[in-house]
Amino acid sequence: MTLEEVAQTVEAEFLNLQERADEEVRTACAADLLSDVLAMRGEAALLITGEAAPQVVRVADVMNIRAILYVRGKRPQKKDIVKWATQRGIVLLSTPLPTFEVCGRLYTRGMRCSECFENEAD
Amino acid sequence: MERRVFAYSVVSTGSFDDVGVVSTEIKRDLEEAGVERETVRRVAVICFEAEMNLALYTERGGNIEVVVEPEKVVIYVEDDGPGIEDVEKAMQPGYSTAPLWVHELGFGAGMGLPNMKENSDFFELTSEVGKGTKIHSVVFRRRENAA
Repeated sequence: MTLEEVAQTVEAEFLNLQERADEEVRTACAADLLSDVLAMRGEAALLITGEAAPQVVRVADVMNIRAILYVRGKRPQKKDIVKWATQRGIVLLSTPLPTFEVCGRLYTRGMRCSECFENEAD
Repeated sequence: MERRVFAYSVVSTGSFDDVGVVSTEIKRDLEEAGVERETVRRVAVICFEAEMNLALYTERGGNIEVVVEPEKVVIYVEDDGPGIEDVEKAMQPGYSTAPLWVHELGFGAGMGLPNMKENSDFFELTSEVGKGTKIHSVVFRRRENAA
């Protein structure tokens, strides 16, 4: 599905890079613990998280994550973080919905777990 | 590709806001040096975990050196911080000495050192209490061809 479809599905708004709304994303991971994101196998296109600390965008950058979806209406508190993410090409989205609902809706529309996806493809 | 050496210093600011900045810089440098995607990611993860430890647990930070060679990438991390009392314990997944505020920021799960080892093809940690800690890690390039 495209980032625009992701946004519509979970009632999210773009915090930056809306021009990339047509970009296709197929895999996701959901974690609040950044240690878990850093220990992830495979590559996720989308990170669903309730953690809005500045380090999230840096972890995303290191892990080749292309978009971050903040749940529960969260968003980075500092403007320069959004700017930094934009520079590094990381799309930021924010949804008022909680994690479980977000994951359920996206799974139903075809989004798959980044760590299980590789196995599925085998 | 000729051998290339990249050197970085991590400053311990006592604030978490800048954690990861050096690692993203390392990632960019390796990408520009033409290192393949999967290797870059593994090296960047190792450096991220190291950077976090330097920022969190040392008073003055430390240094990270990344050496790119045709067959491998070698990472050296060095600090003159407090050292690790029980290295074997620290290498166990889930063992953590991180304070509460670190946990509140989504870190401190006790996965840092095990994750560094997991992403390395060779990993060695030497530490002396009161003197500091040294890490030597090697990531072989194009490992998928070797398997």
